[in-house]
Amino acid sequence: MAEPRIVIVGAGPAGVRAAETLVASGVRPIVIDEGGRDGGQIYRRQPEGFRRSYASLYGSEAGRAEDMHRSFDALRDRIDYRPETLAWGIWEKQLHLLQGSRTSAVDFDALIIASGATDRLMPVRGWNRAGVYSMGAAQIALKSQATAIGKRVVFMGSGPLLYLVAAQYSKAGAEVAAVLDTSPFHLRVKALPQLIARPDVLLKGLALTLKLRRGGIEIQTGITPVEIEGRPEIGVETIRFRTSKGKVRTIACDAVALGYHLRPEAQLADLARCEFRFDAQTRQFFPVKDADGRSSVAGVYLAGDGALTLGADAAEVAGRLAALAVLSDLGRQVAGVQVARLRRRLRIFERFRRGIAAAFPWPAGAAAALGEDTVVCRCENITAGELRAAVSDNGAVEINRAKAFSRVGMGRCQGRYCGHAAAEVIAACAGVPVEAVGRIRAQAPVKPLIIGAESDAEQAA
Amino acid sequence: MTSNESGRFRRLGEEGRSRLVFSIDGQPAEGCKGDSLLVAMLMQIRHLRSSEFGDGNRAGFCLMGACQDCWVWTDTGERLRACTTPLAAGMRIATKAPEQAWPSLA
Ligand SMILES: Cc1cc2nc3c(=O)[nH]c(=O)nc-3n(C[C@H](O)[C@@H](O)[C@H](O)COP(=O)(O)OP(=O)(O)OC[C@H]3O[C@@H](n4cnc5c(N)ncnc54)[C@H](O)[C@@H]3O)c2cc1C
Ligand code: FES
Repeated sequence: MAEPRIVIVGAGPAGVRAAETLVASGVRPIVIDEGGRDGGQIYRRQPEGFRRSYASLYGSEAGRAEDMHRSFDALRDRIDYRPETLAWGIWEKQLHLLQGSRTSAVDFDALIIASGATDRLMPVRGWNRAGVYSMGAAQIALKSQATAIGKRVVFMGSGPLLYLVAAQYSKAGAEVAAVLDTSPFHLRVKALPQLIARPDVLLKGLALTLKLRRGGIEIQTGITPVEIEGRPEIGVETIRFRTSKGKVRTIACDAVALGYHLRPEAQLADLARCEFRFDAQTRQFFPVKDADGRSSVAGVYLAGDGALTLGADAAEVAGRLAALAVLSDLGRQVAGVQVARLRRRLRIFERFRRGIAAAFPWPAGAAAALGEDTVVCRCENITAGELRAAVSDNGAVEINRAKAFSRVGMGRCQGRYCGHAAAEVIAACAGVPVEAVGRIRAQAPVKPLIIGAESDAEQAA
Repeated sequence: MTSNESGRFRRLGEEGRSRLVFSIDGQPAEGCKGDSLLVAMLMQIRHLRSSEFGDGNRAGFCLMGACQDCWVWTDTGERLRACTTPLAAGMRIATKAPEQAWPSLA
């Protein structure tokens, strides 16, 4: 029998562990990643020539990061690794790729999608100003480029990354003006029974908050964002919010890192026609998968934060499980005890995820309160008022219809950063549950195809 | 090349890298080897482009190739995604799209 063609999209924790598991069984997978280096989001590698140590780059996760990079280096000769390659479409059992300006296609018997996550955003008046970045962006500026997104940065939103990135900035010597969390503190206490599922992570989280406070950094919980103020040419100048006690405060800053935890990059799963399910707790859709990562489509497997936001350690486990599922479905021997152990670990991560979601809820109610002139879609500059008009004038309650009428989600980010908030705006306006509004359907190419010009520029030098 | 007052970003280390010279809208600029074009530009100025909808300047948003807010152009009209393009010596960057010389590929 010919060697099965197995393709993995993503060289983050999930993809790397999936590749390792396949290689251990004598299979040579193709590993595709649009990034230039492996590591994914959390273990993102800095460019050649940077000198910071693992300890200073990855903090308490330094050991894991080093292990991940070593594991991948050891795999290099035994996989077909294609960096700087975007997987932009799927038709039947064929994956379409773009490398530089060259497009190509690979046929697969099994596809493991380990595409990771991006920030989940709720708009606030003024979030279209220069100097407002996603929480992940703030971290990338630091990790991958040794820079801060501004000279005085406010961190606003909710979720573990809010505190983590603020602490990383402070440690690296950046000025952190404040940490503003929309989640009230008491929810954290209430979620303890679930958060205790991972005592080590819980402790690390508490230590982060303590470190921030000891560094004299203001932390406010239970806040309501009001506006990011500034001038069109200059960008951000101040941020205004309401404290949990109802007092309106203004803080001067030249940058804002904004984010409400993460959402899966599930476009490829959508293009592969995988089914999705609504998660009532976090009010978003996830692709359906079984305990091992099988999607609803035969031959398509899902692993890591691209399928369910469980975090990096869980992504490693899910990557291994998905690879074992592939092997088992291809008729290879797989150790049942190993599968059972991995599944058990994944269940612990799932309990923790529920705890995080309860402690740092998505601020759905903020969407209904968005002012008419607040921009919802940064790409096409569409306001909450224009979106509401699409609902009331055209009766467009399903989000893909509302998109056609209002252009929300049609811009260059393809709805990644406005989609969830737009659904909430529509649901509140039409008085229907958000699951009835649905989700923005993915379209190929999953990102606009950009023709790079680096080589030309080098010749010009 | 420590923090440039006119720039948006601030360096927090790794400053011993070799320098690369490029230009922004005809003005000479300098960055470090290993900088993304976005970082190199935002060390000098406060924006990358202005919004086609007139709501002001833009300076990128996600830094991971997902939002496409960081498009800039070369003087020959090619479109670059600044956050995922490494800075190269001699780049001649424009913060405005060349006059309709280029059909949108989006
Ligand atoms: C910006 C950011 C910062 C984060 N920081 C932390 C942190 O500090 N600590 C923490 O615990 N968690 C962090 N997370 C959460 C993070 O997602 C981790 O849980 C972990 O990286 C998940 O691993 P993964 O393998 O599922 O995905 P990722 O690590 O995200 O890897 C996915 C990979 O797939 C590639 N990819 C995606 N789509 C395509 C495509 N269409 N074609 C080609 N390649 C593709 C990406 O380039 C990426 O390398 C962060 C998330 C983000 C978005
Ligand atoms: S800043 Fe988002 S794509 Fe470059």
